[in-house]
Amino acid sequence: MELLIKNGVVYDPKNGIDGEVMDVAIRDKKVVDRVDESKAYVIDASNKLIMPGGVDLHSHIAGPKCNIGRMLRPEDHYKDVEPRTQVKRSGVGYSVPSSFTIGYRYAILGYTTVFEPANPPLKMLHCHHEFRDIPILDKGCFVMFGNNWFVMEYLRDNKLDECAAYVAWTLDATKGYAIKIVDPGCVEAWKWGDVEFLDILWGRPEEIDEPVPRFGVTSREIVRGLCKVNKLLNLPHPIHVHANGLGTPGNYQTTIDTMDCVKDLAEEDRPAIHMTHVQFNGYAGSDWITIRSGAHEIMKYVNANKHVTIDLGQVIFTDTTTMTGDGPFEYKLHLLTKNKWTNADVESEEGAGLVPIHYKKSNFVHATMWTIGLELALLAKDPWRIFMTTDHPNGGPFTHYPRAITWLMSKEARKRTLDKISKRARSRSDLDNMDREYSFYEIAIATRAANARILGLKDKGHLGVGADADVAIYDINPREVDQSRDYKKVRKALSKAAFTIKEGEIVVKDGDIVKSIEGRTYWVKPNLPSDLMNAITSDLTKKFRDYYTVEMENFKIHDRFVTRSTPMPTYYG
Amino acid sequence: MASILLKLKAKVERPLDAYVISPDVFAGKSLEEIKNLEMWQGNKKVKLGELFDVSGEVGQKADDVSITMEGDLSKARRIGKQMMSGKIFVDGNAGLYVGDGMKGGEIHVKGNADSWLGFEMKGGMIEVEGDARDFVGAGYRGSKNGMSGGTITIKGRAGSEVGCFMKDGIIRVNGDIGLHTGIHMQGGTILVFGDADGRMGSQMTGGKVIVAGKVPDILPSFLIDDVKPNVKVGADKIAGPFYSFTGDMMEGGNGKVFVAVQKNEHLKKKEAYIL
Repeated sequence: MELLIKNGVVYDPKNGIDGEVMDVAIRDKKVVDRVDESKAYVIDASNKLIMPGGVDLHSHIAGPKCNIGRMLRPEDHYKDVEPRTQVKRSGVGYSVPSSFTIGYRYAILGYTTVFEPANPPLKMLHCHHEFRDIPILDKGCFVMFGNNWFVMEYLRDNKLDECAAYVAWTLDATKGYAIKIVDPGCVEAWKWGDVEFLDILWGRPEEIDEPVPRFGVTSREIVRGLCKVNKLLNLPHPIHVHANGLGTPGNYQTTIDTMDCVKDLAEEDRPAIHMTHVQFNGYAGSDWITIRSGAHEIMKYVNANKHVTIDLGQVIFTDTTTMTGDGPFEYKLHLLTKNKWTNADVESEEGAGLVPIHYKKSNFVHATMWTIGLELALLAKDPWRIFMTTDHPNGGPFTHYPRAITWLMSKEARKRTLDKISKRARSRSDLDNMDREYSFYEIAIATRAANARILGLKDKGHLGVGADADVAIYDINPREVDQSRDYKKVRKALSKAAFTIKEGEIVVKDGDIVKSIEGRTYWVKPNLPSDLMNAITSDLTKKFRDYYTVEMENFKIHDRFVTRSTPMPTYYG
Repeated sequence: MASILLKLKAKVERPLDAYVISPDVFAGKSLEEIKNLEMWQGNKKVKLGELFDVSGEVGQKADDVSITMEGDLSKARRIGKQMMSGKIFVDGNAGLYVGDGMKGGEIHVKGNADSWLGFEMKGGMIEVEGDARDFVGAGYRGSKNGMSGGTITIKGRAGSEVGCFMKDGIIRVNGDIGLHTGIHMQGGTILVFGDADGRMGSQMTGGKVIVAGKVPDILPSFLIDDVKPNVKVGADKIAGPFYSFTGDMMEGGNGKVFVAVQKNEHLKKKEAYIL
């Protein structure tokens, strides 16, 4: 099928196109140079904004955590019901929607690629099952390695090659995409109920040089080790790190220490570490009374060091569900909020937890969190290294992305919210003095181009010839609209794409799903020298026999469970 | 006040979602428009006129509308959903979720009401002449937001878990009441004139539960503080004397349970623990 999008105002930062009126031609799922206008289906996009399909690198959309969230929160389903249509399946849920609904809602926002950031290896099969039920989007899943027994023991014994072999084997066996590290070491300590270690956890943000009990390896060694492994395996995405001490006042120093610990491992042209939802890791002060923003300190480091990328984890004032692999943090949050909670222990691999939360404008801490997210974004000098996320659903559901985008794009929009938030939070924040407003070009970077680049997806996030034909068309003229004053207009336009095109097919028209197609699943297939693989076979067999509830052969996920399996081969060394 | 009569044509066999039956929806509409209002019955959409004979006149404003419903409506749920003003009279039984999220106005039920009466209610008044079942004034399953205002009066019995997660408002029950009255309660008042099946105020953190009748026992996580001659409910004073308990200590709560002294001689031994 041929498709021609005519006269749209195009933003394509990867190819340096900043709001030019031009045509986009599509043939057979790819962007091409030109198509025959008389034969092609023509979309008149004059006075409309055109961007590549959105790419989100951190959004909890699948896996057992989401399902536990659904079970934990019937009241979340009750208030948001999506009826069935000719093309759509029905669904429910506001902060943790049904799988199908997630796909539809992302497509309506103009997003076409979303990565699930945290699943333990053992639960990856579940994740792939849910991926099958998320239509339209291209997906992939990061696998958690930060509290893994194999990893911690290999790193303690300085067996880096074996560690790399284990990670490669696991990524291949479970069809994962990248290395995710969640609260390295601490979740394992929490699972053992280590009181002495947890005292550190509750009292002050952890030091990354504290050895994990029973394993004798520190958080620093885990992060550094996995960073080296990442380099050895040439994975497309750098290590994706949820730092220690999340949600603890004073944790910004831990975040900086974590970023700094891999500085010497960085190569010139590629970032070595991605720090995720930094808003939750950017608190200064010593307790909940003295908490203030650590955004200045963090951004000072990030702006000066090219080996780091970060995403925001912006807070939205709404009722949502927090879910993370960081079990001890969720317990702490439960003690703070007195809300219901659940925790999970995944054998020798990881943990997880969930707590519902309602972010309120009047709450000093919540309001401070809100200011930190925006400060991080506004202080960034290089938009290619900072990505807009809400860490769905931890900061707020992804359906609020347009709201977060308009906060970045309009000082007026920020001021309107600042007027309503806790006065104490406002007076401690610098947000009032920040005049920066993101342009549409910078938004296209922070929501698409940069995300695709850091994920190593060459065909995503741009509209050059050969790119995947994922296009979002919004009903707003970026050349005429006054983004600062008319931010509501921008928000409305971004909330419902006029068209979303996925692989050359129109899936959304006028903010409604018109076609539902299956998305791809990306995963990496590291090619290992066979002698390395042999070196860990006996370890694997032993551990699986001793500790796992599944047989090693059943642990491997067959290709047939992976929807439109798209392996990306990588090479060792 | 303009009054409109909805007379049920035949027995309702399948569950009917009657959320459109509310003064706010009816106000300013002609009878013909009201007959054409759609609602769900089972998995099919039906028109109001297919199920009811509609007669009378409709007021222009919601507070000028009085709806009277005749027939057995025990299969009709969500009557008066989100209503802000006006009146509804149900001349028989009513189904689940009567006054769902109601903010103002009045609902009178002649017969019995099913569970979830005054579900997440925020204001207004509900009166039931007969009995009500479980979860009166509760929030949705999993939600911490129960009834937050208004008054519910039940002349007959009420079921279990009345006032679950209740935050404010008053529930009066003239008859007996089931188990777990005021479970998870955070504020407001539940006043029971009959006997209670027990476990009042389990996991409550605030609010008052007053039982003027017999109770089998008090939960062990409640501590006795005093014997009070009477208890205040809104503007009224309920004559006692009452044993006053504080709890639920399992939740670090500061809720109060008052139990009539006269009918509960078996609690006399607790007086020894009054400080």
